[in-house]
Amino acid sequence: MGLAGFEVEVQRPQADGGLSTEDMTLSMGPQHPSTHGVLRFVVRADGEVMKEAIPDIGYLHRSIEKIAEKVGWHGFMPYTDRVDYVAAMPCNQGWAMAAERLAAIEVPKRGEYCRVIATEFNRIQSHLLSVGSMAMDIGAYTPFTHALREREYINDLIEELCGARLTFNYMRIGGVAWDVPPAWREKALAYVQRFEPLIDEFNDLISYNRIYTERLANVAVVTAEDAIDYNLVGPNLRGSGVRYDVRRDEPYSVYPELDFEIPVGRGEMGRVGDCFDRYIVRIREMKECCKILRQCLQQLPPGPVITKVARNFKPPPGDCYVRVESARGDMGWYVVSDGTAFPYRCKIRTGSFAAISIVQKVSRNLMIADLIAVIASLDLVAPEIDR
Amino acid sequence: MQELVDGLIRSGLAPAALPAWVHYLVAMLVFGGIVVFVFILPIAGITTWVERRVAGRIQSRIGPNRTGPAGFLQWLADGIKSLLKEDIVPVAADAPLFKLAPYVVMTGFVGAFVAIPFGGPLIIADLNVGILYVTAVTALVVVGILMAGWSSNNKWSLLGGIRSAAQIVSYEIPAGLSIFPIVMLSGALSMQSIIQAQGWEPWRWNLFHNPFVFVAFFIFFVAALAEGNRTPFDLPEAESELVMGFATEYSGMRNLLFFMAEWGNLYVIGAIVTTLFLGGWQIPWALPDHPVVRTVLQFACFFLKSYFWVFVAIWLRWTLPRIRVDQMMIMCWKYLVPIAFVNLLGTAVWMVAFPAGLPAAQMALFLLGVALLGVFAWRVTYHLRRAGLTRAELSFNPLSTARIPW
Repeated sequence: MGLAGFEVEVQRPQADGGLSTEDMTLSMGPQHPSTHGVLRFVVRADGEVMKEAIPDIGYLHRSIEKIAEKVGWHGFMPYTDRVDYVAAMPCNQGWAMAAERLAAIEVPKRGEYCRVIATEFNRIQSHLLSVGSMAMDIGAYTPFTHALREREYINDLIEELCGARLTFNYMRIGGVAWDVPPAWREKALAYVQRFEPLIDEFNDLISYNRIYTERLANVAVVTAEDAIDYNLVGPNLRGSGVRYDVRRDEPYSVYPELDFEIPVGRGEMGRVGDCFDRYIVRIREMKECCKILRQCLQQLPPGPVITKVARNFKPPPGDCYVRVESARGDMGWYVVSDGTAFPYRCKIRTGSFAAISIVQKVSRNLMIADLIAVIASLDLVAPEIDR
Repeated sequence: MQELVDGLIRSGLAPAALPAWVHYLVAMLVFGGIVVFVFILPIAGITTWVERRVAGRIQSRIGPNRTGPAGFLQWLADGIKSLLKEDIVPVAADAPLFKLAPYVVMTGFVGAFVAIPFGGPLIIADLNVGILYVTAVTALVVVGILMAGWSSNNKWSLLGGIRSAAQIVSYEIPAGLSIFPIVMLSGALSMQSIIQAQGWEPWRWNLFHNPFVFVAFFIFFVAALAEGNRTPFDLPEAESELVMGFATEYSGMRNLLFFMAEWGNLYVIGAIVTTLFLGGWQIPWALPDHPVVRTVLQFACFFLKSYFWVFVAIWLRWTLPRIRVDQMMIMCWKYLVPIAFVNLLGTAVWMVAFPAGLPAAQMALFLLGVALLGVFAWRVTYHLRRAGLTRAELSFNPLSTARIPW
């Protein structure tokens, strides 16, 4: 397995001839209730205190990038869902945008709006799962079911939109597959209307619970410098107080036309960049998502949702790097075309992969129970790490 | 009991050739078996059903509703299922200890029922060291959990077992220190004497005797929750951290025995709290003088009081997150133990100052308790009002917006 330092357990003989002690090596995962997928940590612990937690990844590697080279431009779209199945829309969008940029395709306005609506609903969905499972990992089971109940309603809405609840395959190169169904806009607006106060209810339920904040505050503090050095993105980066969001700083689609805030961690309960900040940033982002959704649903322009794209799509040779703001942050798509019907190379840069690299640094001298909080607060999704 | 067996021997129903102690032993085993299977195990089982239904309501879902009316027989179905499951003993486990551990836990929990007074005459044995016996016998649970954690030969189990040992041993101290003021007040350790020292009126309960006992009650309840491994102190199981803690390697009936002890212990906690602080089975004497009716009323009174605390524990479990090991220890040693000592001394001083008690203070504390409950009820309704969701909105379905008047 080649993880240095773990072949032999560290012996600590006592100078005064007392009992010699040794560290305990724990293998947390790949099957463990709170590793969010198939993920493994090798934990060196002295009793309850961790000396180190080393992530061991690769259990969910499915060669998605290689598959891109074999299935062609249109055919790869369903595979992008599997890159991050918790938030599949941004992956769809990343791939579609990369192909469009290579072939200089203009997406109709209504198509762009549909994309943003779907992506923002998906972001709420993903954040609900994240905050719900975080509460569950801390030991409170009730918020999880409440979050999942709302997630199911959004699933229903997205199912009406594109026929799928998890792996959407909604977007196409040049637009989206289906226009919004009749009366869907009103249903979606009604849902947003209902969902917004439920965020406050969720806060009442768990966010400011004393035990909960005590468990999260000042745990695994990631300073702004560290966050930038380790290339954290998305809510993890914003939790450390860095106001960076691809939607605002490198705008794409119709985001420049929309009005929304970018919440950052303020160190309410402890220091800036602790687990609580990363958690509360997600809660606040859901509110911003509601804002965006309301604007998009109200402004939805008429017109087609997709332009005509050749079935035998062959973009001119060249390469491009496209960024989208996924639920887990800046997702980069580097795509190289050699002018054939198959991409020459596709490289996906995901937020969870960057986030897992900081676990080893921040987990030193925490309790084992804190590692669970760290994993949950970084919102690690195992398939996105391995792809 | 003894008269009954003697009568059986005299009437020839029991073979007289055997020595008398054999008859007594057989009679005790039969009687114990009846009590365990007819009363104690159903209490533990039905508590699982209550817990799952309450949890369902709290989590905006339904809970078990298929087996029997409102899913009432779910606990029996689960029990039978667990009995039929394979009993796996891991190859690496220390087999004898591994197999024995659940029984030790069960012994600790069932043993506590011996001294629980369900009514005036309804007690298996009114030991003169009753409350000490209960404390001692419930502490046996930790031995079983430690055995399970160690013998499983699994690091998660070991961590769970060690956590449990640390937790139960630590919280025994504030729990014990909160029992002492009651023992001082009633001048007896026997459960029945403690109840008889209180009256049926709430303001004559030990809970409201003086401010120190009032505080001791909360310390005792928190410490008892911790001893019972309940959220927010469910660290020994800690599903999200330790997989399933000390019970990770257990399967089938042995696994179930641990959980039966956990749920049964909830009732034991409620019963002890009721006995010590809440007047036990005391009912107004004005009620029917017929011994059977009175006993039934006493039993109902005791059962409802103690089951209320089971409900509170369930409520807490599905509301609160879990605290961390170090926070748990800090809470015990830095807060609960010192306050419990203050309570002990305070009660002693109070008893010297007011040998006959202080009725005014009792009434004031009783009113304070009522006020606290009122504030709590107001808080709950405040949150309900603030959520501001009507019934139509609560049963919202995005796919049928036609019915929503937006």
